[in-house]
Order: sequence, then C-alpha cells, then structure tokens
Amino acid sequence: MFAFSEQAEKEIEKILNKYPEKHKQSALLPLLTLTQRQEGHVSPDAMREIARRLDVSPAYVQSVASFYTMYTLGDTPVGKYTILFCINISCQLNGCDELLDYTAKKLNIQVGETTADKKFTLRREECLAACTGGPMMRVNDTYHENITPARIDQILDSLK
Amino acid sequence: MTQILFKDINKKDLHTLAVYEETGGYKSLKKAFAKEPDEIIEMVKASGLRGRGGAGFPCGLKWSFLAKDVFPRYLCCNADESEPGTCKDRELLLKNPHLLIEGMILCSYACRIETGYIYLRGEFYDLCEIMEKALEEAYAKGYLGKNILGSGFDLDIHTHLGAGAYICGEESALLNSLEGMRGEPRMKPPFPAVQGLYAKPTVINNVETLCVVPYIVNEGAEKYAAIGTEKSKGTKLVSVSGHVKKPANYEVVLGTPVREIIYDMAGGMRDDNQLKAFIPGGSSVPMLRADQVDTPYDYESLQAAGSMLGSGALIVLDHTVNVVETSLRLVSFYMHESCGKCTPCREGTRWMWQILHQIQTGKGEAAHVEELLDICDNMSFKCFCPLGDAAVAPVASSIQNFRADYEELLQRMTANTV
Repeated sequence: MFAFSEQAEKEIEKILNKYPEKHKQSALLPLLTLTQRQEGHVSPDAMREIARRLDVSPAYVQSVASFYTMYTLGDTPVGKYTILFCINISCQLNGCDELLDYTAKKLNIQVGETTADKKFTLRREECLAACTGGPMMRVNDTYHENITPARIDQILDSLK
Repeated sequence: MTQILFKDINKKDLHTLAVYEETGGYKSLKKAFAKEPDEIIEMVKASGLRGRGGAGFPCGLKWSFLAKDVFPRYLCCNADESEPGTCKDRELLLKNPHLLIEGMILCSYACRIETGYIYLRGEFYDLCEIMEKALEEAYAKGYLGKNILGSGFDLDIHTHLGAGAYICGEESALLNSLEGMRGEPRMKPPFPAVQGLYAKPTVINNVETLCVVPYIVNEGAEKYAAIGTEKSKGTKLVSVSGHVKKPANYEVVLGTPVREIIYDMAGGMRDDNQLKAFIPGGSSVPMLRADQVDTPYDYESLQAAGSMLGSGALIVLDHTVNVVETSLRLVSFYMHESCGKCTPCREGTRWMWQILHQIQTGKGEAAHVEELLDICDNMSFKCFCPLGDAAVAPVASSIQNFRADYEELLQRMTANTV
C-alpha cells in the first residue's frame, strides 16, 4: 500500500500553497516527482492516492504521468543510482556513444536496464543542458561533465 | 569586452544574497519603485531587448500586450532549457540566482503581477534547490512578499519542476504543464498575454531575458541600446560547444562575427582541424557552411544567411563529421520529443528518422534525398507548433549545404552492392 512519508507530507503542504486553491491540479507534477523520488517508481496505487488528493481521476493522473519521461510507471523501482547519459549533438560530437557503451559493459547491462543488485539504472537521455561540458552524465541529481572512461570508473566506484 | 550578465559570474559565492548585494544586486528595485510601472515597460521597449529564449520577440512589446485591467496576472519564467546545444540559463541559475529574482521583481512591478513561477526542467533539481534557497533569502530581506521595500507592491515567486519533456519549453505547452496537464501546446490565439496561466494574462520570459532587465533599469535604456547593432541590441549569452578548444558560455556583443566567437573566444578548432559547419542557434535552426563564418552574430545577419540566432547555442562541427549522422541524431531527438498531437510532426519526424537511418546504415536509395526534401516541405509551417519546423531545419539545411555527404554514403552503398 502506498503512503507518502512524513517528510513528503510536509513537502506536500508547501507545494499546495504555491498554487491558487481552485487550481491545485498544478501540484500534479510535483506530487508525481515526490513519489518517484520516494519510491523509485510511480505505482498505480500511488497514482490513486495522488488523484484522491487533487480531486482528479486516477486515469487522468496516469495520462499526465505517461507524457513525461522522468516518471517510472509501474511496480518496478529504478536502481539506487540512475545514470542519465546525454546522447545529444554536443555530447555526440565529443564521443558520448563510446562512453555509453563503456558504461553499459562496465555495469554488465544493456542501456535502459538496472543492475541485478538494484544499484544502477542506466538510461540514454536527450540534451541535459551541459553542452559545453560534453560528454556528460547525470547520476541522480549530480551533473558530471567532461567525463572519460577513467572518470566514469572513479565516479561509479565511489558510489556505495 | 562588454559584460552585463557575466560581469561577476565567477565571483565566489555570488549565489548568496550578501555577495550579490556587494556587486550592486537589488539596487534597481528602489529606482524602479520610484517610477510608474508603465515607465519601466517603456524603458524595456526603448532598450530594444528581445526575448533570449529562441523567438527573439521584443520584450517590452510583449509586456505591453497584457490584457488591460484583467487581474490577477502571472509571470512564468521559462527555465526549461532543453534546446540541444544550449546551457546558458543553467550557468545563470547555478551561479547567479538572485539576478533572475531581481529581474522577475522588475517585470512583475512593471506588469502589475503579484505571482511568479519559475518553471525549471525536471533535471534541474539541483538548481531548484539553489533557487529555493535564494528565494528564501530574498523573502527574509523583504525583496519578496508583502509591501516590498515599502512600495506597496506585493510579489510571491515559486519554483515549479517539470518532468522531462522538451516541448514544455514552448510557452503554451509550459502553461499546460504548469497547470498539471500533459505538456501539449495550445492553440494560439488567444496568446498568453490575454489568456495564459489559469486563463489569466501571463508574461512568459526566458531566464536570460529577465536577467537583463536589472541592467536596463540601473543604467538606462539608452546605454543598453548603444550596445550591439542597429536592430540587435545588447549582448547575448552564447553556448559554444562541439569541436572547439574551449567550449563554454560566452557573453557576446550582438554583431560580433562568428569567426571571432569560434577562433578568438573559444580558442579555435580542436586539433586545429578544419571548420566544416556550424549551427548558430541551437538544434532547431538550419546549419551553415564554413564559408559563412564571417556572418555577424545577430538576429538579422543570421537570418539573411539562411539560419537563425535561436537560443544562442553555437554548435561547431569539424571536417571529420558527416552531417547525415548529425541530422540523424537531431531528428531522432525530435521524434522522441514530438508530443504526437499533430500528424505532420508525429509522422514526419518518424519518416525522416527511418530514411536517415537507412542512409546512415548503408541501406539508402538514390531517391531518398528527394523524399526527405518532400517530407520537409510537407512539415514546414504545417505543424501545430514550432517543433515540427525545428525538426525540418537540420535535414533541409544539411541537404542544401552538404548534399555531397549524402551522396558519399549513397555511393558507398552502391559500390558495396556492385
């Protein structure tokens, strides 16, 4: 059964205060984000709870959530660390494709998968707005720019 | 070198209120509050400031379009920076969040707005935390909230995170997303100035645009208008990326030749390779050839050269690149980001991707180039929002300027078959 954490409840109060009372649907993306960060995924159960809080239907929540790429819909959480690998133009010109292959091999998974120990999820991502530091990857909330195989080893090996 | 936005950008702890105030931060508020709101709009009009997000629409004019006497009104700062090649707003938000807050206060005062939202792309979670901290400091100092500096003017500013969708950088899609809907663009008119957020008059400005306003209020419109060219006023942050020695964000006086940006500011081509092509304004604008490198970097000159200034992302390609691969990568992006609402964009991006992918992987046919041009023609100005036109830009311009790259791949394929 899904429930927001105590910390999340405090956040929700702050979030709802940002929008006019009759437009609390504006809190939909923030609540989905809270859920994703708390659970590592957004389950149908969680969507029902969000729907209840914002007076919309669960189907509506799903239709919105499925539009955006940052929510992992379903019952399977992402790994402890999500690696988003930019593959867009500026990073591509500086060799991101080889580095992505390198990372996938290192973790022994395909792009899009999660390691068996649930530690890493590796995803291909479109431009992350760090083009002058390409190639780059984002590990959870941290941007790592000008990465090389050695830097990737260093960053991933340092994560517990 | 004229530096307005990046004057103190690398000063230690600039993101804190104390250091920001040391550099003269928030001084513009008192000056602004001594004037009538409309006077500020007139100043911004006179400065010639144009929107720095991509469309380049005159900023003061946009503000003056707000529906008369309809309240409440809203300000939405577009911090959804997602245009491939563009990372200037990220640097401003990361290092100088108070500059944006100051700009938003001035805009709100001028437009009689009492609520502002900063719509940050979902991946900017770190920046959102920095921004929250800066907002807290500004509230504590009385720059936000009720009766700011005794002026009688109230303003609240909130952050709002997106969740991964390029299209939300389009202003009406941004509004839908902020209202808790799918980020699909809206029919225009009505324009946001008439019916925007919650169907109320709304100003939507890019981060960089709002960050220029404190300078205009402090130094005067004339001083800003004296910088740049006759029609392209001021400076522009340019994200120089790709095959240059020193990729970075540079503050460029509009009208500076592209050559100077690539070879002087950004240190020239990596490994001293030959310049082949450059995309001057982000992935949504046509690419240009090396022989056009003396084009002045301003709105009119780039347009005359067949491209656009766009978001100010200068992507530099050297001679080792086959532009078919570049186009394929960009079309793949637009296919992924097409919201699916209208047919030409949804289908067209996929068809272009399929054909480019065939050419790139040695399965191309001689007729493919003409087919691509035909699809471009069927998408140009026929899509619901500018995303479709953006997807056409790399394909049409790469064929127009570098047809030999396509032929090379097609011939290699023919040679293999024989």
